[in-house]
Amino acid sequence: MLATAAATGDRAAFAALVGRHYDRIHGLAWRLTGVRAEAEDLAQDICAALPAKLRHWRGEARFTTWLYRVVVNAAHDLRRRQTTRAKASLGWGDWEMARQEEIAVQAEAQDWLAQAMTGLAPELRDTLALVLGEEMTQAEAGLVLGVSEGTIAWRMSEVKKRLRAKAREDAT
Amino acid sequence: MNDGLDALRAALKAAPAPDADAKARAMALAMENFDRLQGSAEAGRSSEDRPKAAPLNGVRRMFHALTSRPALAATTSVAALVIGVAVILPVADLRLGKPELPPETPVARTAEPGPAEATLSADRTAAPLADAAPQPEAKAVAADELARTEESDAASSAVAAAPEPQAEAAMPEALPSAPVAGLAAEGEMRLRAEAPAEGGGVKGYAAAPAPDAMLAPPENTEAYANDAPNPVKVTAEEPVSTFSIDVDTASYAVVRSSLTSGYLPGPEQVRVEEMVNYFPYAYPAPTPEQAFASTVSVMPTPWNPGTRLVTIGIQGALPEVAARPPLNLVFLIDTSGSMEDANKLPLLKQSLSLMLAELRPEDQVAIVAYAGSAGEVLPPTAAADRAAILAALDNLMAGGSTAGAEGLELAYRVAEGMKAEGEVSRILLATDGDFNVGIDDPEGLEAYVARKRETGTYLSVLGFGRGNLDDAIMQALAQNGNGTAAYIDTLSEARKVLVDQLTGALFPIADDVKIQVEWNPATVAEYRLIGYETRSLRREDFNNDKVDAGEIGAGTQVTALYEVTAPGSEALLNDPLRYGAAPAGGTGEELGFLRLRWKAPGAEVSTLAETPITGEEAATAETRFAAAIAGFGQLLQGSVYLGDWGWDEAIALAQANRGEDGFGYRSEAVNLMRLAQALDR
Repeated sequence: MLATAAATGDRAAFAALVGRHYDRIHGLAWRLTGVRAEAEDLAQDICAALPAKLRHWRGEARFTTWLYRVVVNAAHDLRRRQTTRAKASLGWGDWEMARQEEIAVQAEAQDWLAQAMTGLAPELRDTLALVLGEEMTQAEAGLVLGVSEGTIAWRMSEVKKRLRAKAREDAT
Repeated sequence: MNDGLDALRAALKAAPAPDADAKARAMALAMENFDRLQGSAEAGRSSEDRPKAAPLNGVRRMFHALTSRPALAATTSVAALVIGVAVILPVADLRLGKPELPPETPVARTAEPGPAEATLSADRTAAPLADAAPQPEAKAVAADELARTEESDAASSAVAAAPEPQAEAAMPEALPSAPVAGLAAEGEMRLRAEAPAEGGGVKGYAAAPAPDAMLAPPENTEAYANDAPNPVKVTAEEPVSTFSIDVDTASYAVVRSSLTSGYLPGPEQVRVEEMVNYFPYAYPAPTPEQAFASTVSVMPTPWNPGTRLVTIGIQGALPEVAARPPLNLVFLIDTSGSMEDANKLPLLKQSLSLMLAELRPEDQVAIVAYAGSAGEVLPPTAAADRAAILAALDNLMAGGSTAGAEGLELAYRVAEGMKAEGEVSRILLATDGDFNVGIDDPEGLEAYVARKRETGTYLSVLGFGRGNLDDAIMQALAQNGNGTAAYIDTLSEARKVLVDQLTGALFPIADDVKIQVEWNPATVAEYRLIGYETRSLRREDFNNDKVDAGEIGAGTQVTALYEVTAPGSEALLNDPLRYGAAPAGGTGEELGFLRLRWKAPGAEVSTLAETPITGEEAATAETRFAAAIAGFGQLLQGSVYLGDWGWDEAIALAQANRGEDGFGYRSEAVNLMRLAQALDR
């Protein structure tokens, strides 16, 4: 298998692997961040770290499942860094206010997706990106996110609930 | 109905095509890193088959194989030595590059090359090894390669000192004046070997294989609060040792959970003092007017006949249970999606309902849940109304993200509302430690909890589940919130923490308990505090009542152990200085002087108690059992101070001193040691 060969040091296999999966990485990164520039940066960071990461891949998961997990984790780290940065310049109490403001600013962006997604908690966003965007089953998404199928089901119903609430809001 | 969802789906499917230039750039970068890494098959490869949740066991086992079987080294298995070198170098260098290096290794620090450079040279030596190691023919080649690329000094001393391969390997330049160091300086080398073998170094190593550290390993997001084990200190240079007591037990439960799952815990998961303090000890009870009594005992150190072990045991008073003040409890429960596992929320519900039976009718309980948004699930309710409380517990469902900060604020507000004169208020935070929304700034949270502590509300943390257990945050919260951190992995552990030891866990009898020991240079040349790394205080903090320290609960015990070495003993690890001033000579026969400071709950000013340590205090089965557990912890850490003392000795010592063991905790510990011994092979 390509990934196994790459993991054991086959250069051509690695090149083919990255070439084949770059679009997938980029796509998921975009679905997770909702911003094209960030998706590009994230995909590049992941590619750069992939040779080292690949050594942790022990073939116990399907390669794509593992790769999705890497992307989701990288996106989490990116969010965390952004949060920390935002917080470094603000006091503890002001931080939540600033976050809300930031959400408001982003909501004004033309990007409809970013608008819809930023209203949701990160876990829900991740779940949506995988289930709707990557057309995974709930079991597969659970495998990537490290939660049970039930949790994914619950998250999807939570998203529906929020969307209904939002629709009501928009209607009034 | 699903219009919104369909629109989302459509939008998500419409991912923009990636930019060709960006793709080319990313791929070029990937290939560049791939080549760099392939050119240097670094140590990560040797651990490919390691167990998933114990990232460094492979390496650790190798350490043990190398150290505990002198026969292996004695047959001059150069390959083994060289593997030792190749595996350990990155560890040592990263560890040494860290700023909080113990002062005892200044030689190594000044002499060592920069971390990046050192890693590269390690890579060079490791490259031929990865493939060649198993074949004996290849060994000599590898060794030559090593000798050429590494400082030949280090290589030759590595060969000379066969029984301790990792010591020299780890410190290539630490022994410039002792190339044939195998015999005379063995003790010294053992001391120096400490740095790479212990927690901090291993953490550094864990980060090593990924050049870009921003990408965390995907499978496990646990974080542990720990420092490198305390080094040996020279009494003449630093006669005073100061630390805060620690009544947490989380580390022991984490260790148990790892062992029973079939893998050795990582050194960073082991806090020796928490393992020792997990067990109840039958120390003499204080006189009625005292908040607690201290008991000192001195005995030969089990693992080193040349040193003595000083045990300081503190027994808290047990006020009459009938007279305890009414209790206000706020359960702050994490109901985020990650809590869904059977060993998290369901176990938590069972645990809390066990505890409910222990409460008095006049006690009050409120429940705050946090997930997505925080909410008061149960308004303050008298404990007599069990049905309402149980129903509220049962209704808790896992799902959503974790809004830890919001939940904490609400819990403090609720606790404040419940407060009345003479009552004790406590928040019990139950979580898997996943404070990932709005609260990934532990320092801000700590500061907040520390401020709230002033209001008199205590905060205890119960950890559940593994996988993203954030031990570091749990520790920070409990230490700053005047509470304890316990880790609950089974229902019987819940019983221990919440039922058997409820009074101790919930009713503080002394706040800010600090211990200071001044050693007498005339009788103690070197000393080492075992554990309490995360609790050390500065000397001047002892008398400063503004400095926070640990709390002690009703009827609980706290134990601290020192290993001390007499002047002139063969077990001394540090040589006298050639150019330094003559050590300040102490006088008298006493070993040292024990000072304790504490505040009555809520008091501003501390009380001082002083006791000399004469060295005549006899050991008991209790203190010997504590020593066995301290040995257990240090074995798990791969401590360098234990010499040949191993699992068999630890098990025998614990077994012989189990005492009455009414709850079976000590028998369980013996079984865990056997399990660890089996896993360590």
